[in-house]
Order: sequence, then structure tokens, then C-alpha cells
Amino acid sequence: MKFLPLIWAALWRKKARTIFTLLSILIAFLLFGMLQGVNAAFSATIDRANVNRLMVTSSTAFTESLPYSFMAQIAQVPGVALVSHQSWFGTYYQDPKNFVFSFAADPAGLIKLYPEVHLPSEQLDAWVRTRTGAVIGSDLAKQYGWKIGDRVPLHSVIWTKAGGSSDWTFDIVGIYTTPDNPGRGNRFFFNYSYFDEARAFDKGRVGWYVVQVRDPRASAEIAAAIDKLSANSTDETETKTEKEFQQSFLKQIGDINFIVTRILFAVFFALLFATGSSLMQSVRERVPELAVLKTVGFTDGAVLWLVLAESLLLCVLAAVLGLAAAAALFPALKETIGVVTLPPVVIVEGVVIAVLLALATGLLPAWRARQLNIVDALAGR
Amino acid sequence: MPAIVSLRDVTKRYTRGKQSVEVLHALNLEIQAGEFVALMGPSGSGKTTLLNLIGGLDTATSGEVTVAGVRIDNLSGGQLAKWRSRHVGFVFQFYNLLPQLSAERNVELPLLLTSLSAAQRKKNVQTALAIVGLTDRATHKPAELSGGQAQRVAIARALVSDPTLLVCDEPTGDLDRATADEILGLLQYLNREQGKTIVMVTHDPKAAEFASHQLYLDKGKLVDQSTKAVA
Repeated sequence: MKFLPLIWAALWRKKARTIFTLLSILIAFLLFGMLQGVNAAFSATIDRANVNRLMVTSSTAFTESLPYSFMAQIAQVPGVALVSHQSWFGTYYQDPKNFVFSFAADPAGLIKLYPEVHLPSEQLDAWVRTRTGAVIGSDLAKQYGWKIGDRVPLHSVIWTKAGGSSDWTFDIVGIYTTPDNPGRGNRFFFNYSYFDEARAFDKGRVGWYVVQVRDPRASAEIAAAIDKLSANSTDETETKTEKEFQQSFLKQIGDINFIVTRILFAVFFALLFATGSSLMQSVRERVPELAVLKTVGFTDGAVLWLVLAESLLLCVLAAVLGLAAAAALFPALKETIGVVTLPPVVIVEGVVIAVLLALATGLLPAWRARQLNIVDALAGR
Repeated sequence: MPAIVSLRDVTKRYTRGKQSVEVLHALNLEIQAGEFVALMGPSGSGKTTLLNLIGGLDTATSGEVTVAGVRIDNLSGGQLAKWRSRHVGFVFQFYNLLPQLSAERNVELPLLLTSLSAAQRKKNVQTALAIVGLTDRATHKPAELSGGQAQRVAIARALVSDPTLLVCDEPTGDLDRATADEILGLLQYLNREQGKTIVMVTHDPKAAEFASHQLYLDKGKLVDQSTKAVA
């Protein structure tokens, strides 16, 4: 600690340069925090996927619907404990920017298949009884100030009613919570029966099936058996575990991990040169001062560590500030990715990268400082 | 009095590119403890090289260099650095203070290598600054000090770890006559009152008059040595 004032003073010898270097590292780590945070949030979504559940979609495309009649056939497949279905609704509330994650679903099946969704039984009963009833996540309720008893109009960008209108009205009858998965509290579920009766086209079909298996170790055999049901038909299915389904769904957006990794690699590669040249310049300017340190008794190794410590202080300080900024801004992404806090693992990764960056950029100037010959340095050679 | 500096057949050769230049030729020298020696001679005569060898900043090509009872020509780089921190204080022509540090932080530098507590370091720094008469400028940075004040800070830094030997390379070369005389008076005080052994390189005959002994170096050899009575 007694060397800290010396290291700190050396760091701020050229204030403007240090501030710009610090800002460039800070911004890089802000970007790292945000992008890696999104990446980690998506990975967590995949990791949370239930191993007992299979997703049955059209083999042609995820967006293609399947016949409702498959449900009974799937239920007969050995090893299947439960089957239900959902359909993507695609709506917004009042303004297109107020996008709502909405699904037509079978109330009883949904609650049985997703035990992580907590809905009071009287609200489930009300949902079953109410044709236009809908249950919403607690985050969505908070976002729009919706409460039980409200009548909510939604505009579908896909589905028109038999009369040609795309405006649908629902009665909020329940508000669910997902304590173990806070990111899922922004969904809107409503009765499939209302949806199927009212829509103008594609009647008698569903978006996808969700299947609960008795033994997850038999998932592959059960998936094959389900797909066999529709083999060579116009509605061939593709059955995956929920984890595989989440992964393939996210890949439709893009390989998030691949994109994030490449962007961050480019950013840190550029940063390596920017910070490295800044530190090198700083050491070049301080050759006589470093020689004085050696003159008064600092060993070559001590001078090396002093320069490395400067690099560490600069990189870790900037990284911590950048990650703190990312943590402060991260809640703004809640509506997009459903996660409200920057995963701690991202902060730990960030600090480790900052240390590696400091070592990578500081080693060369530190080595140069170590190798300084006192006589030559004092003589300005 | 015992010799605090002893050089036996010391040769120093520099190689610059393909050229090898011998700067000091089989030089022999003894400096007694408590002496204030002025090392004079024309440019290129090897004064600073000799000073660097005595101060352990450079190593001889051949010969023996013994300072404060230690054969420093045998020491490794790390050992030499530790030896310097204990035995030698350096004063340079251009002060060589760290511009980003205050006067007291500059003076404290050699003490950072000791096991002294922060309070002890502070006390020693204050004592050193008091000796050079700069207690009131302790928090000032070098850019806020005059040349004479900056050199006093450099002397305080050289003194703070109570070294055996003070090595001064043209300590007044960058100062006007009056300020130079003040600095030389201070060095003389340190020699006479504090018992510090001082070796000073200078071009200035007036500066050399403050020393107790004058040595003349020409083309890498001591050509004449006159002893001046201590005033």
C-alpha cells in the first residue's frame, strides 16, 4: 500500500491521456457488461429449461401450425404424461412499440405443465370459466397497471377475427408469478377456445405442443415416437427437448454467443493496442524518472512491478466503472430479455479480463522499464 | 581515518556500436571517511564515469571497487540496488525529482524500500527537509519550486536514509552563483557538521573550493591531486 501514492501519481502524470485511456477501457467494459449480460441471460434461459418437457413443432418451420387433432394421438404415445398446446398471438397494446408476449393456451394444461408458474386456484378457475379470460405475468401487470377485472384491448399483427378486425378484447382474471424465474413474468395467456372460435383462418390448428414425459431419460425415444405419428404427412413434426427448442429459437434471432464473442474480441483486440501504446508512451516519457527510482535503490524487479501495477490499477479501475455502469443500465433491457440484474458471473468475468488486459498491455512497457540502464537513462541515451 | 572509497586498477571501457572506448585506465584512488572531495577535469575526462562507479550505478570493466567496506564490483544488479539504497545518496545537476510528486513524497522515495512505518517515514522526511531548510515547501511540487529549492529537495532525498556517502554530479551546474554558493554551503555543512563523506563532480573551480580535497582527472587518469586545508 505504501507504493500506492507513487503508482497513482505516475498514472495521472498526463491527465488527459489517462482520462481518454480510462474512458476507452470503461466503454469497452460497459459494452462487455451489456452484451455478455444478454448472452448470460439467454444461456440462463436455456439452462432453466425443464428436462421433463418436449416441444413439438412443425418440421417445416417453427411458425407453421399443427392440427389440433394431434393432441390426442400424442397423449397415447407411451411415456407421455401430459400434453398441452400454445399458439403465438403477436400483439401490441395501443401502440406498436408496446409489444406484448401473448399466447393462446389451454388453461388447465398450461398450469399443470408449468409448475413454476404460480397462479391461485380461484384465478385458474375463473380463467377456465371465462371465455375471454386472460392471465398475465406480474411484471406485465405492473408495466401497464393492469389488474384483475380490467378489460384489455390488444391489436394482433397476425390474427384477424371473422369480422375482419384485428382488435381483440380480453378480461384479466388472474395474475401469475414465477418466483424461480423472474424473467418470465411478462407473458399474456388467454383461452385457446376463444381464439380458435373467433379467428378468421387456420381454425383447428395450434402453434406447438408441449409434452411432459414420465422419464426424461426416455426423451429421445418418445420424441422419435411422436414424430413418427406424422411421418410422410403434410404436417410432419419435429420434437425436441425444451432446452434444444430454446437453443434453436434463440438461434433464429442469431447465434448470440457467436456474435457477442466476436464483437467483444474485436473490441478488446483494439483496446490491447490502444492501452498498450498509451502505457508504452508513458514509460518512454518517464525514462529519467524510472532511472532515478533505480538510482535510489529500486531493483529492476521492483520497477517492473510498479509499471505493471499502474497498468493493473488503470485497467481494473476502468473495468469496474464500466461494469458498474452496465449494472446500472441493465434493468433497461428488462422488457427485451426479461432479466433485471446483471448476472454476477459477468462481473467476475469482466474483472478477470481486466487483469489479463492489464498484464498483456503492461508487460512490454514494464519489461522495458526493468531493462533500463541507469547510466544511459540519466544521460538521455 | 579508514578509506571509505577504494579503487584498485579500475578500468572502464564502453562499447558504442563497433567502437570500444576506454574511459578510465587502471585507476587507483582512496577517499577517507569524512572527506569532501571535488572531482574536476575537462569534459570527457571520465569524471561522471568514476562517480558512477563509486556510487554503484555502473560496474567496472576490471579492477576492484570497494565502498563502505563492500566489494561492489562483485555484486549482482539486485544486490547493488539494495546496497545503494543503504549506503549512497545521489544529487544530480538537474535535480531529477519526480514532477508528479510533492517535495515530501520525493524525499520519501528511498524510505519506501525500508521497513519503516508511515509515521517514521514522515518524521525522517521532516527531519531531512528541516536540514535543508525547506519544511515550509514540503507539499509543493517540483514545478512550484525554484532551482535552488528543487536542489535542496534532491539533497534531502539523498540524506533521508542517512547514507554513508553522498555522490553529487555537478550539483550547482544549473544554478546561478548565489544559489550555487548556498547549495555548496549546505553540502559543506553536511560534511563538517553531519560527518557525511561527499564526492562531487564539478567543472567550477569556485565550487571545488568548498571541498576539502580536489582531484583532477584527465583522459581517464588522475593526473594531479592537491590537498586543501579544511577551513
